[in-house]
Amino acid sequence: MCDNYNILQFMKRSLCLFALILLSFQGILAQTKVSGKILDQKKQPIPGVNVFIKDTYDGASTDPDGNFFFTAADTGDVIIVCSFIGFEQIERKVSLTSKDFTFNTTMKESLNELKVVTISAGTIEASDEKKTTVLKPLDIVTTAGAQGDIVGALKTLPGAQQVGESEGLFVRGGDGSETKTIIDGMVVNKPFFSSAPDIASRGRFSPFLFKGTVFSTGGYSAQYGQGMSSVLALETQDLPNQTSSTLAISSVSVGGGYNKLWKDKNMSAGFDLNYANLLPYFKLVKQTPEYTRAPQFSGGSLNFRKKTSATGMLKFYGYFNLSDLGIKTLSIDSINGFKNLFELNNSDIYTNLTYKERLGEKWLMNLGVSYSTNVDHIKTWNDSIRSQSDMSQGRMVFSRGIGKLSIIRFGGEYQYTFDEIKIDGAKYGFPYHIKNAIYDNYSSQFVEADIYITQKLVLRAGARGEHTTLEKKYVVSPRTSLAYKIGEKSQISFAYGQFYQKPDRAYLFYSKIPGYNKATHYIANIQRVDDYHTLRAEVYFKKYDNLTNLIDSTNSGFGYAQGLDVFWRDKKTIKGVDYWISYTYLETKRKYQNYPKEVTPPFAATHTASLVFKKFFEKLNLSTGFTYTYATGRPYYNPNNSEFMSDKTIDYHSLGINGAYLRQIKNCFAVLAFSVTNTIGNEQIFGYRYSYDGIRSAAVTPPAKRFFFVGLFLSFGQNRSKEVIDNNN
Amino acid sequence: MKNEMKKLLPLLALLSMTLYATSQNKKYIAIMEKNVAALDTTRDGLQLQNLANNFERIASAEKAEWLPSYYAAYCYTNMTYSTKGDQIDTYCDKADKFLNVADSISPKNSEIYTLKAQVASARISVNPMSRGQKYGPISGDLREKAIAYDKTNPRPYYLEGTSLFYTPPMFGGGKDKAKPVFQKALEMYETFKPESSIAPNWGKNSCNYFIKECDKK
Repeated sequence: MCDNYNILQFMKRSLCLFALILLSFQGILAQTKVSGKILDQKKQPIPGVNVFIKDTYDGASTDPDGNFFFTAADTGDVIIVCSFIGFEQIERKVSLTSKDFTFNTTMKESLNELKVVTISAGTIEASDEKKTTVLKPLDIVTTAGAQGDIVGALKTLPGAQQVGESEGLFVRGGDGSETKTIIDGMVVNKPFFSSAPDIASRGRFSPFLFKGTVFSTGGYSAQYGQGMSSVLALETQDLPNQTSSTLAISSVSVGGGYNKLWKDKNMSAGFDLNYANLLPYFKLVKQTPEYTRAPQFSGGSLNFRKKTSATGMLKFYGYFNLSDLGIKTLSIDSINGFKNLFELNNSDIYTNLTYKERLGEKWLMNLGVSYSTNVDHIKTWNDSIRSQSDMSQGRMVFSRGIGKLSIIRFGGEYQYTFDEIKIDGAKYGFPYHIKNAIYDNYSSQFVEADIYITQKLVLRAGARGEHTTLEKKYVVSPRTSLAYKIGEKSQISFAYGQFYQKPDRAYLFYSKIPGYNKATHYIANIQRVDDYHTLRAEVYFKKYDNLTNLIDSTNSGFGYAQGLDVFWRDKKTIKGVDYWISYTYLETKRKYQNYPKEVTPPFAATHTASLVFKKFFEKLNLSTGFTYTYATGRPYYNPNNSEFMSDKTIDYHSLGINGAYLRQIKNCFAVLAFSVTNTIGNEQIFGYRYSYDGIRSAAVTPPAKRFFFVGLFLSFGQNRSKEVIDNNN
Repeated sequence: MKNEMKKLLPLLALLSMTLYATSQNKKYIAIMEKNVAALDTTRDGLQLQNLANNFERIASAEKAEWLPSYYAAYCYTNMTYSTKGDQIDTYCDKADKFLNVADSISPKNSEIYTLKAQVASARISVNPMSRGQKYGPISGDLREKAIAYDKTNPRPYYLEGTSLFYTPPMFGGGKDKAKPVFQKALEMYETFKPESSIAPNWGKNSCNYFIKECDKK
């Protein structure tokens, strides 16, 4: 009984206490009126800012004049938060008494990729991830006249020449060997299919493999070397979005592949196989050269990707291909219709293994190894040639972020190359044998920093050191660029750099190996980019030193190139139409190889222009486009003209058209594509070949006037969400 | 007596906390009800921003509740429809941030995954040609999860309908494909009961609107 009473008393007291506690929680005790104004750095009011006391309900949004007002229930030390999209959040400790409190502040715009200057001199990029790029990866596939070839599409950009008789990118007065192709940081020794003389071949790699393409026309980063003119850096896709299989049937090939994405979405593996044979096509469309064996290609690739951690990624890519062709061409040295024979059998393997991981907060590590081997068997009437080219490579790059934008990178690279040529031949009935092999150990180191002085001004400074055992000489090439944002959408950019390159493999077999070739670039660029338009103009001067001179087997050759590149892209003015125009002005001369004097080389046209036009007819499910390219005539060597290399070919015109009909049927995505090159059938002459005596000549032309292509591509995605929903309906 | 008190003290503490929580809860529900109701009538950009701000503040005070973060994300998702280009991504980033907070408070929640799917769809609109292939399947996967977590929720189906509605026929979309999905969603809306006065209950009117649009030629 007594106990019960006590408990009751206690309860009463407790309840009083409890009520008191409750009241204080409710915050009736003290209130503070908080008001103020929020401005941006230009002193303009920001409407819609969320101003509040951290961890409480108390706060308000700013009105169109940037003013706010609210009543805070608490007093004492609190944290005021100002939060608004696109601005850096402010958290400030203040002391509230019950007196009115004024809080005025300025908010800083947060870093935005679009507002930060980027180095653009000499660089044209295609990427989905970055916002300021000129092209998207899809643009490469949908450019008419390019036939789905990466290099074909890049040739519609300023700086590149329309060289139709041999493969490669001829950039700003440089020849094809001056452009290096790089996949995930690793050099590709043989990026193009082996080709017959005077017939350009395609690139080996499908544009669908890559999520990013950087085409540098000069002044590029110290990360890369051994390309005097240009670097084409390709970045492979990450994990696919879904498991899928593909099937392709075209007028020249069949192929298929399968790519599996594991359920945890951390790993994928896939393969594809393809076979191409041009015999049926050549039966339908007559070719100028006589093919003894129509070109055949059989090959495939393997890929494996694994996310090793939240930030780590391991990628493997392996490629193999066998190709075969035979061709007979009329000998211009013979008067009785004698034909030269050229048979080519090629096998090629390229493998690439890379690993990327963050080390702590600030560091990023990139490691890679690659191995490739390429064997050409060439047969002519008299000679049997076997030529092998192997490359093993290792690379590591470390980078560290400094502050929010600046970054420092350094790393090294090692390449072992083996080149061998064997000839079993006969000259005037006498057999002869040649065997020659060359090994080289190439190593390089680089360091480079992108220093953001402000968000609008960036300086890139770096240097690359290179050594080859062939040369036994260490060379250092400085590289630097500067970019400054002059307006919200415009920027100017400058670049300077020195670029060394080993003499072309073909000259390495000479008794005396000529030394490094060297180019020095000076570039100025202005660019304006918004969501729908891109305008770029670039002027450059390039100086060549130490070019290979075959007359005395030294590197005493020299030359220069200068010019203007303009690019305009517009996705808005004409509804549903995306077009770009590029114009290239080039003035270049060089004395190299066996040139008796400094002249404009045969791979340089003074004016080149392209118009690429793409239109999408949504109602017809049809995407179409055309590419028109014009180039002034190029010089060629005529032995009957005493002035060396002073003759010029006719101007070059080409109109390519393409179209694709797209259709989704259940989980199958189908594309029916067609394309035609040189639709109008303009006469295209790339140069002339002369007989030894100079009496007879033959024009170098494409093997056929036009190339027609029709293909059906099917992709079966296994997107399970679709099935689930279909089953539920 | 002392012993009794010792036994009672924790009980009392519990009682006071529950009562406090209940009162706080009433305040929370009241404020949420007001703001959730405002969602139906708000279309203007700045007003939607202010609503998002209100939900952000509630989220900051109520760290155990998923709804304030969910609704803040809902506001930002709706804001993407009245803007274009880069700004869409900015709003989507913000919405995803809130949704991740909500997801950590209430895992495997059908409503949260529906909204996540909607954010992924909104990202496609920045550049449908280059983004459709990436974000289409991502959105589809999230929607699939949303369905798996609550089979009675009509919103993932409504979302599926809108995504089909805006997908060109050649990529497997179109009005004809969208209509039956909207109709299925509408049936589900008829029977759907929200868990509380502040639980997500949107989409029915828009669903009706889209069905009418599907019939237009």
